[in-house]
Amino acid sequence: MKIVACIKQVPDTTDVKINPETRTLVREGVESITNPFDEYAVEEALLTREKYGGEVHVITMGPPQAIEVLKNALAIGSDYVYLISDNAFAGSDTWATAYTIAHAIKKIGAVDLVICGKQAIDGDTAQVGPGVATQLGIPQLTYVSKVREIDPENKRIVVERMLEDGKEIVESCLPVLITVVKDINEPRLPSLLGIKKAAKTEIPTWTIEDLPVDKAKCGLEGSPTEVIRVFTPEPRGGGEILEGELTETIPLLIDQLMEAKVIK
Amino acid sequence: MARLLIDEEACTGCEACVEECPYGALEMKGDVVSVNEKCTFCGACVDVCPVEALTLEKEEREVEGIDIKEYKDVWVFIEHKGGKIANVSLELLGEGRKLANSLGCELSGMLLGDGVEECAQEAIRYGADKVYLTESPILREYTTDAYTAGAVNLIKQYKPEIVIFGASTQGRDFAGTVATTLYTGLTADCTGLDIDPETKLLRQTRPAFGGNIMATILCQKHRPQMATVRPKVFAMPEKDDSRTGEIIREQVPIGEDEVRTKILDFLQVAETVNLVDAEIIVSGGRGMGGPDNFKIIRELANVLGAAVGASRAAVDAGWMPYEHQVGQTGRTVRPKIYIACGISGAIQHQAGMKTSDIIVAINKDREAPIFKIATYGIVGNLFEAVPMLTQEFKKRLGR
Ligand SMILES: Cc1cc2nc3c(=O)[nH]c(=O)nc-3n(C[C@H](O)[C@H](O)[C@H](O)COP(=O)(O)OP(=O)(O)OC[C@H]3O[C@@H](n4cnc5c(N)ncnc54)[C@H](O)[C@@H]3O)c2cc1C
Ligand SMILES: Nc1ncnc2c1ncn2[C@@H]1O[C@H](COP(=O)(O)O)[C@@H](O)[C@H]1O
Repeated sequence: MKIVACIKQVPDTTDVKINPETRTLVREGVESITNPFDEYAVEEALLTREKYGGEVHVITMGPPQAIEVLKNALAIGSDYVYLISDNAFAGSDTWATAYTIAHAIKKIGAVDLVICGKQAIDGDTAQVGPGVATQLGIPQLTYVSKVREIDPENKRIVVERMLEDGKEIVESCLPVLITVVKDINEPRLPSLLGIKKAAKTEIPTWTIEDLPVDKAKCGLEGSPTEVIRVFTPEPRGGGEILEGELTETIPLLIDQLMEAKVIK
Repeated sequence: MARLLIDEEACTGCEACVEECPYGALEMKGDVVSVNEKCTFCGACVDVCPVEALTLEKEEREVEGIDIKEYKDVWVFIEHKGGKIANVSLELLGEGRKLANSLGCELSGMLLGDGVEECAQEAIRYGADKVYLTESPILREYTTDAYTAGAVNLIKQYKPEIVIFGASTQGRDFAGTVATTLYTGLTADCTGLDIDPETKLLRQTRPAFGGNIMATILCQKHRPQMATVRPKVFAMPEKDDSRTGEIIREQVPIGEDEVRTKILDFLQVAETVNLVDAEIIVSGGRGMGGPDNFKIIRELANVLGAAVGASRAAVDAGWMPYEHQVGQTGRTVRPKIYIACGISGAIQHQAGMKTSDIIVAINKDREAPIFKIATYGIVGNLFEAVPMLTQEFKKRLGR
């Protein structure tokens, strides 16, 4: 099995704070991490390799420092990693990102399984996975919470998808793209040896010249959407603490809640 | 290639843009600002610069094969299950009506399924002028392939200017595929839509970075303009049983053998009320102390007809299944009332529930961050407060 996991570097929201005066994001000291859902994607790729054999390829598209997330992927046992990076890709929206990533996957070639995270926690769009699948012309299974079985011979896969009201069991042919939710596995931690090995590995960078893309479809210009304004939302009011003994505050709270006319 | 140009003569080094940049792409180099490769050309800095030292340079490009003037009308994707239209689709018909009115065009439903004509009539009662309907046995259950083929066929033929979808798992699965196929823009998970009075473009506003910033997005040169919208963002419109409208039927352009996925089974979740549709949610966190204690959460939820949620700490401890997790790596919810019991209110938890109308927090730690966003806070022991709430509600509601 040839497996590709797509991972993205995102700011760690644990550290994201809002400057109360200017109401902007405080970037100082904010670490970059692998998008949490993508850790599950890499883990699932490794688990699949361990069960069915094959190789794990990991790609990320981003600025040069995004190489860090690839080192981590190497340290936990991925076979090959690639950084897709070029100024010409900057400002890509989900359409252009999916377009570029799909070309990188085509370059890797003869892939059986592509794994993405459900969504990236910076943009929260959950659109790149379906976009990549469509660009590659392969089926997609989103919100996968369990891979039940893969039959590499007959090119079949059965998964569970987590929907709002239950789990859907679906079968698909291979190659397929799946997007995974947190429940699917428990990502492993890198070993010291793994970290050392990763530090020594040369990581290839693919620029726009390395991919057979239509340049007009890349980066900001290739993106159908454009951001025209970024602003901080009004802070949520509130913070009213009902003071007193529970025997007083509970009825008071209920009075307030009944007023909202939601409780029937 | 796009570039952010900095007029170093004009720059006063005030650093307003450095603070504004959500990507950390601007740094001071000596007295003036400089841009690094993290820039995504979002333009946030351009607006904030007091001396207009920043400009965004973009190559203007015509998109081949698209004549924007050919596209008109607003469409809403009508999601349905068991013969009933999803609430979010009805909410979107209400909002779609407003958009259509400001554009002076028609509002239509896009409906795919099998034996769903009643849903088409219902969509009309909720405000659609027309419904574009494709019925076929291969559309009986939702599959990405069949629904995409059906929708792309309708959109290519009738050329709507705007298409909006509910940001449900189905809507998000499907809209991404449709937009990619059509090479058009799609804005995910919008919480605001309006028409720019001058350009008549759809302004799509959505949260990013876990709700810490908002972005307004346009799709200028591609059509249709597409967006997914979260449930409960817009109000449910009034139903008008006297409304009539036209139903336009089309065939689905693919055969059964072209659908590459097959649904084998569906397992309903044990707890019936689903979090995303729930009007009221009662959630428990690490403060619950163990799985059995969730009983008091369920009792309160039962009295209120509410769904049960959980923090990640409670899920990771194995007290509640992952389906119940609210937050950045769980579900995003927007109920009318969210009651957080024994939850500290970490930023990742807030990302999934901060936009609830009313937030009630019950926590013994007065300093817990949840109190900063709670509409009503109760400082106290949840093991006393929650059962009291249940009892008192029972009395008031006569249950
Ligand atoms: C990448 C990433 C993603 C994450 N995603 C999510 C997510 O999706 N959802 C999520 O919830 N978290 C998420 N987290 C975890 C988050 O940071 C917090 O760790 C988590 O939300 C804490 O859960 P909690 O509030 O239940 O527990 P705690 O923070 O331990 O809070 C427990 C609270 O209960 C109170 N308490 C204890 N006993 C009682 C009592 N008897 N009566 C009243 N109050 C009591 C305490 O005062 C305390 O405030 C994520 C973290 C990371 C790093
Ligand atoms: N720049 C990127 N490089 C690699 N993978 C990405 C990138 N952006 C998104 N992805 C993948 O697509 C998924 C969904 O991202 P998004 O659509 O941005 O929410 C992520 O979890 C990743 O698996």
